[in-house]
Amino acid sequence: MQDPETTVQTMVHIENLRKSFGSNEVLKGITLDVAPGEVIAIIGKSGSGKSTLLRCINGLETFDSGALKVDGYPLVHDDAKAMRALRQHVGMIFQSFNLFPHLSVGRNIMLAPTLVKKESPAEAVTRAKKLLDRVGLADKFDAFPDQLSGGQQQRVAIARALAMSPSVLLCDEITSALDPELVGEVLRVVESLADEGMTLLMVTHEMSFARRVSDRVVFMHQGLVHEIGPAAELFSAPSTPELRQFLSSIHD
Amino acid sequence: MRIELDFASILTQWPLLLSGVFWTLGLTAFSAVIGVIVGVAFAWVRISGPGWLKWIVGSYVEFIRNTPFIVQLFFCFFGLPMLGIRLSPEAASVIAMVINLGAYATEIIRAGIQATPRGQAEAGVSLALSRYQVFMHVVLPPALRKVWPALVSQIIIVMLGSAVCGQISTPELSFVANLIQSRNFRAFESYIVATAIYLMLAISVRALLNWAGPRYFFGGRRG
Amino acid sequence: MVEFTLWDIVRNLLLAARWTVLLSLVAFVGGGLVGLGLLILRMSGVRGGARFVAGYVQLFQGTPLLMQLFLAYFGLALFGLELSSWVSAGFALTLYTSAFLVEIWRGCVASIPKGQWEAAQSLALNFGEQLRYIILPQAVRIAIPPTVGFLVQVVKGTALASLIGFVELTKAGTMITNATFRPFLVYGCVAVIYFLLCYPISFYAKSLEGKIHARS
Repeated sequence: MQDPETTVQTMVHIENLRKSFGSNEVLKGITLDVAPGEVIAIIGKSGSGKSTLLRCINGLETFDSGALKVDGYPLVHDDAKAMRALRQHVGMIFQSFNLFPHLSVGRNIMLAPTLVKKESPAEAVTRAKKLLDRVGLADKFDAFPDQLSGGQQQRVAIARALAMSPSVLLCDEITSALDPELVGEVLRVVESLADEGMTLLMVTHEMSFARRVSDRVVFMHQGLVHEIGPAAELFSAPSTPELRQFLSSIHD
Repeated sequence: MRIELDFASILTQWPLLLSGVFWTLGLTAFSAVIGVIVGVAFAWVRISGPGWLKWIVGSYVEFIRNTPFIVQLFFCFFGLPMLGIRLSPEAASVIAMVINLGAYATEIIRAGIQATPRGQAEAGVSLALSRYQVFMHVVLPPALRKVWPALVSQIIIVMLGSAVCGQISTPELSFVANLIQSRNFRAFESYIVATAIYLMLAISVRALLNWAGPRYFFGGRRG
Repeated sequence: MVEFTLWDIVRNLLLAARWTVLLSLVAFVGGGLVGLGLLILRMSGVRGGARFVAGYVQLFQGTPLLMQLFLAYFGLALFGLELSSWVSAGFALTLYTSAFLVEIWRGCVASIPKGQWEAAQSLALNFGEQLRYIILPQAVRIAIPPTVGFLVQVVKGTALASLIGFVELTKAGTMITNATFRPFLVYGCVAVIYFLLCYPISFYAKSLEGKIHARS
């Protein structure tokens, strides 16, 4: 297993990434470098490959060719130990939350640190409580996921991912499954993470949020990075007709 | 025509009946524990094992589920000695019961695992849990909860099926009933008492397992 | 000692297997008829009817089939009837089958969404008509795979009839083992023959279930 580079200029390095599902090429050569602390919003039509790209970064999907390095760790799919080492530095938040229904909120957050990082239960409890407080759910430690609203569950999911102290957080349409009135509480937590300097890659449909919070926006179209640039520029002056059409179709 | 039934002569043999009950419960408990472990392991194989192993486990499951338990038992007790494996009646009974329950448990648990949403396994993987940890901590508990009633029912079925083990002289309840009636010629009464005891055992064991499951095996909440 | 060929053994086993098949069909058909009656009783609203059927099911599902067979054999003998093992086995297996089938069918009827009943009621059909034209046709469709699947349990159950002297496949296996001293081979063949009888039924039941799920 290669040693991670000691000075990390690039947090996420993607070079010419290609991925096909059967005969359908979903990623046609993605190149992207993400600096530490950068917030990247990935937008585009469904089917443009956004989620697939995100899932490649933590290895939930394998890619066919190209290079991918996260925080100095290359993706070596056959090496389970290497993948586990990588995943301790990358956190993922899912559209459908994926909380563990048989565990309380507190134990959801504690599970990975105790099993993977071998933290003592006492340490894990303290950390879990702190994180719950951070996402505004301090009193929900003993509650179970089915007792919480969607927005609360997603915030627990964020706390669970943060418990592993990742360097990068991947957010895969994390508000798409929420009722409109619950979206705000989740986005507020994400914004505070961005303010603290977390490197974020978000696939999102929340355009005004993306515009406000991200450093750069990536517009994906048919498996390629079609446009990329600072948020203000991209939204106010889209240079390609595809992006213009996409933005006009989103009523935000 | 008056039929005279004499239950007293059976009930005075209660120490013997009690020993039969202990044997039945003991055989069942032992086979249930090992059978469920076998079921978990083989369910894992059927879902994520290598192709050739999947085929072996699948064949074992189909063969056991499509042949009678008594034939499996006779094969273990009478047939295996021809290969040099001599088993006591008790050992043959347990082995046959484990082999039998294991096949059914494999299918039941496999259905439970496949009903657990994939997203939860992905969340576990994303948290850097190993495959084994994802299986034991994220996938298996909700699966067990979902299929617990079916699993308990199957354990009861195996317990009732163990009555056949008396035919190879395992000293369980049906053997005891046979023994009693051979001495006092009260066959009908003897079997009625044994049947009533079996019914009480079935009800109690089911209640016990339904209580123990959420407590000890898969957490108290919806999975 | 007379040498027995494999074919001798298999031939005798297959001849005995005829009785396995016959007893299974008798129990299955008989059990189906009794089960149907019990289902009607349960749904008729007769006082105590549902409770009786529930108790009946609990009794047959909560006790060993072996005990049921012994009780049928020795119990019927008490009434002074010298019955062949055929009648005892057929009687016991019929009742056993009826209990499991009525429970399966009850579950299928219960799985019909309440909305179907309400729609039928709103069309001014009486209870019998609701059952006959709306509920039962749907319930029957759902019930076919598990009912076919239970036939496998009946076939396996006939093996226990050997213990009250009924000469079917398992009993023949025991007798041939005693004659040939080759239990590994004989019981192996017995198992294979049961498998050849049961597996096609299991497979068919599974394919039926697949078809039901594909349509819904």
